[in-house]
Amino acid sequence: MPLAIVIAALVVGSVLFHLVSPWWQTPIASNWASIDSALDVTLWICGLAFVVLNLFLANAVWRYRHRPGHKAHYEPENAALEKRLTFWTGIGIIGMLAPGLAAWDKYVTVPEDAALVEAVGQQWQWSFRYPGPDGVLGAAGVMHITPENTLGLDPTDPFGRDDILVEAGDMHLPVDQPVKMVLRSKDVLHDFYVPEFRAKMDLVPGIVTYFWMTPTVAGDFEILCAELCGVGHHEMRGKVVVEDRAAFDAWQAEQITFGEVLAQASPASRYAMFATADVCIGTSNWSNP
Amino acid sequence: MSIFSRLSEKSWETPGNQGMADPEDYRPDAVTVGVYVYFGVATIIFTLMAAAYLVRQGMDTLMDHGIDGSDWAAMPEPLLLWINTGILAVSSLAFELARISARSGAAGRMETMTKLGGLLGLAFLVGQLILWRQFQAQGYFMAANPANAFFYLLSAAHGLHLAGGLYACGRTVGLMANGAEEARARRNVRLCAIYWHFFLVVWALLVALLVAT
Amino acid sequence: MATTLADDLRPLHHPKTWIGKYVWSQDHKVIAVQYGVTAVGIGLVALVLSVLMRLQLGFPGSVPWIQPENYLQLVSMHGMIMVVYLLTALLLGGFGNYLIPLMVGARDMVFPYVNMLSYWVYLLSVIVLVAGFFVPGGATGAGWTLYPPQAITEGTPGYSWGIVSMLVSLAIFIIAFTMGGLNYVTTVLQARCKGMTLMRMPLSVWGIFTASIMGLLAFPALFVAAIMMLLDHLAGTSFFMPTLFSFGQTTDTVGGNPILFQHLFWFFGHPEVYIVALPAFGIVSDLISVHARRNIFGYRMMVWAIVIIGGLSFLVWAHHMYVSGMNPYFGFFFAISTLVIAIPTAIKVYNWLLTLWRGDIHLRVPMLFAIAFIFTFIHGGLTGLFLGNVSVDVPLSDTYFVVGHFHMVMGVSPVLVIFGAIYHWYPKMTGRMWNKTLGQMHFWFTFLGTYAIYMPMHYIGILGVPRRYFALGETAFIPDSVAIANAGITIAAIVVFLAQGLFFINMIWSLFRGPKADPNPWGAASLEWQTPDTPPVHGNWGPKLPTVYRWAYDYSVPRPERDFIPQNEPPA
Repeated sequence: MPLAIVIAALVVGSVLFHLVSPWWQTPIASNWASIDSALDVTLWICGLAFVVLNLFLANAVWRYRHRPGHKAHYEPENAALEKRLTFWTGIGIIGMLAPGLAAWDKYVTVPEDAALVEAVGQQWQWSFRYPGPDGVLGAAGVMHITPENTLGLDPTDPFGRDDILVEAGDMHLPVDQPVKMVLRSKDVLHDFYVPEFRAKMDLVPGIVTYFWMTPTVAGDFEILCAELCGVGHHEMRGKVVVEDRAAFDAWQAEQITFGEVLAQASPASRYAMFATADVCIGTSNWSNP
Repeated sequence: MSIFSRLSEKSWETPGNQGMADPEDYRPDAVTVGVYVYFGVATIIFTLMAAAYLVRQGMDTLMDHGIDGSDWAAMPEPLLLWINTGILAVSSLAFELARISARSGAAGRMETMTKLGGLLGLAFLVGQLILWRQFQAQGYFMAANPANAFFYLLSAAHGLHLAGGLYACGRTVGLMANGAEEARARRNVRLCAIYWHFFLVVWALLVALLVAT
Repeated sequence: MATTLADDLRPLHHPKTWIGKYVWSQDHKVIAVQYGVTAVGIGLVALVLSVLMRLQLGFPGSVPWIQPENYLQLVSMHGMIMVVYLLTALLLGGFGNYLIPLMVGARDMVFPYVNMLSYWVYLLSVIVLVAGFFVPGGATGAGWTLYPPQAITEGTPGYSWGIVSMLVSLAIFIIAFTMGGLNYVTTVLQARCKGMTLMRMPLSVWGIFTASIMGLLAFPALFVAAIMMLLDHLAGTSFFMPTLFSFGQTTDTVGGNPILFQHLFWFFGHPEVYIVALPAFGIVSDLISVHARRNIFGYRMMVWAIVIIGGLSFLVWAHHMYVSGMNPYFGFFFAISTLVIAIPTAIKVYNWLLTLWRGDIHLRVPMLFAIAFIFTFIHGGLTGLFLGNVSVDVPLSDTYFVVGHFHMVMGVSPVLVIFGAIYHWYPKMTGRMWNKTLGQMHFWFTFLGTYAIYMPMHYIGILGVPRRYFALGETAFIPDSVAIANAGITIAAIVVFLAQGLFFINMIWSLFRGPKADPNPWGAASLEWQTPDTPPVHGNWGPKLPTVYRWAYDYSVPRPERDFIPQNEPPA
């Protein structure tokens, strides 16, 4: 008997907790309101099911508790009832899935006018690269990494020369400009995660991954890593600054390009950079004949 | 009764003597069931390794993973590979003859063929070891290339299964000496034959995978 | 040709010595207890690890020796032990071993020697696992998912030896499980007594049987992945290892694919959820039916749902990988398959509720746990729909929402069933009855305590707090109230932890001092309660195997007016 009361109380308590809880989504700062509304739809359908099913449970435990003389009803199955329940469950599932898949369809379709920005993860910091005036990110890979070329740009690729490098600094984005975030890792799995943007994606070494979004609110946001990446996982933080176009352009003009890095490098280190490219093209480290 | 009609039985409506037939009529022998269930496990093991092989080789570039598999350098297919495959096929054939003899009750021929099949199976394993050494001598080391690594991994997994089969085959030959265990010996010969056929097919598919890539 | 009848006459292996009887035993009931005790023992280790973790989260710095690397080791070992070495081993090795032969009317498993071997190999895997704590560098801290490359590269605790111990232990465990699983499946298929048709089997057997088949087909994926990672680590291959620039060094590895490991891992990992859940579903169905004195509602639907869930669960694995960097278009398929699997699962919930409806509910301790399971499973199942619904998963993945969800659905729920099942079958297993008051206290602390732990976690997760963080640090979007919540959760966790003492005191005290139990104290119809001896002796059934004439749920049958009819009672 207390069990029925406790279950009903837990249902009421859970709903109250939901209403008064100080913890809910952070204020959204990107275009992904569609994800939030898919979450809301899922919450409403699931919340309804939670309340109805558990109140039914509490009611059943209360009404059919054992009393002397009380006897259970014998009924092996009721196919019609089970079919009806299956049907309504199916409707609920479709109701959740439709907004979920619609939002996902947008999530995987990068708009044509999205600007490219690359985030590079390593244990345990973030670096960034912008494509520069040509709008193309030059080829890159960990085999090109040298002490001067920390992001591993291919020094022989002309598209890389005007790329703007931000090593272990803040990432800036112009507000209301769709961005395709291109993600690369030097060492292990990481995950680019800004709670206010809703979107996130893993960085996978050896693979270039991506997602897109449009920042809609100017301000500073924190970048976290959301894929366990070693002992410094919780300290792998970065900052993204969303600002108006003029401020963004002014900031970008102050950053260093890969071409400048090459020009400023000593002959020896420049030689080292190009040597990595030769290794890549010439031989391989397979030992097969 | 088909599995579907058995699974739709309204068992509460039918108290009584359902399913009382002599167990022999509807239940196969336990070891046979166990071996067949294990075939399911082995199928999954080799299927997953083959899937990993194809993904690692670069099939998944089709799926936009961005790895182009350019580090893949296929292994050659030396003559010994084909000789070993042939030995395994003949070994399987010998087991099939043993199985036929077991069914017709030709105990002598069954024993000879089982022993022959077992010895050929052993010869296959020795051949595989020689093949490994030959590859090693030519510099196809495991760590050198994913194609090599997969070859060693797949052939080792297959070889271990055959070694287990050889153990069972040896036990079966031991049973044959004991007249009282004749029924079990016959059953084991049948299971050895099925097991050999299964792993011949697995090996044939693995070779096809190696040749095709 | 050996037959069931011949097996009946074949003398069992009857050892004379104490060691032969209780250590190197081939009796499925002794092996079940060995499995159970070992699994609970290692599970207690994992429970202590979780309390240490909670202390760091709730009261940062309160345990000075917990550094980030130790924290990650606690997380990883806790997760792997609970999922594999406790839940899988206890539900299949423990309950599967105990219940299958008794419920289908067999003398023992069909391969008793292999069954014994299975336990000893399992014990070896546990020893190798525990050895991981003591190797140089300590246990692995790669998370229970063991994702490469970090699992075997510098920067992760235990990347040199801890991970080797983990992978070797898993491989050994899988060998043990395969031996056990072949036994469970073959016994159900082959050794059912006369009259035990498939649709007369209790749902416990159906759940354990389906889960065993799934285990046989899913664990190979983990086996293959573990061997390949071991080769990457020890033999220098590049299955999963691309070229890395790690700690100032470029590695020799070339072109490996870390996502390949994730696919293999989750091809095992998702079915693993159901390997744990299906036996729990089956057992809880039987508990509800017995204590509500009512047949399980929609038995056939329940069987089909178990089979359908088992099959579908092999088609949903990549819903753990929506943001892993795999081809994003996979998301459409896996979101649909994941939400479709909710339908048979929902049917099971409805049928449990409809079994209670118009029942005659005896709220004994096992039933308390069973009803609490329905509540926690509804909660955990529904939050799973958020995570399965691909785009909704994007903000929630790798947050505390995930932690709350999977602990609700595959931590709390199966554990409640396990406790219920132990209280339920304890009188049969030991011949003695436990203390009711202690049992009820244990129930209330466990049920309410775990809800207090996991319910707030969902909200912290929706806020965006990421999981597997040693400390939250100064993070702008995380208000101070989260620290208060974390402290509260930790206090609840400690209370739940201490409350488990009530269970162990009750079980051990009752073993020696408990009142003698009736052979069938709950009036259950299924076969395991009809043994001639309580506790059942080796061979289970005396000189003659039972014959079954009806299904396992003849409770409150109207004509003849009977409270229950045992399965082996011939029709009038």
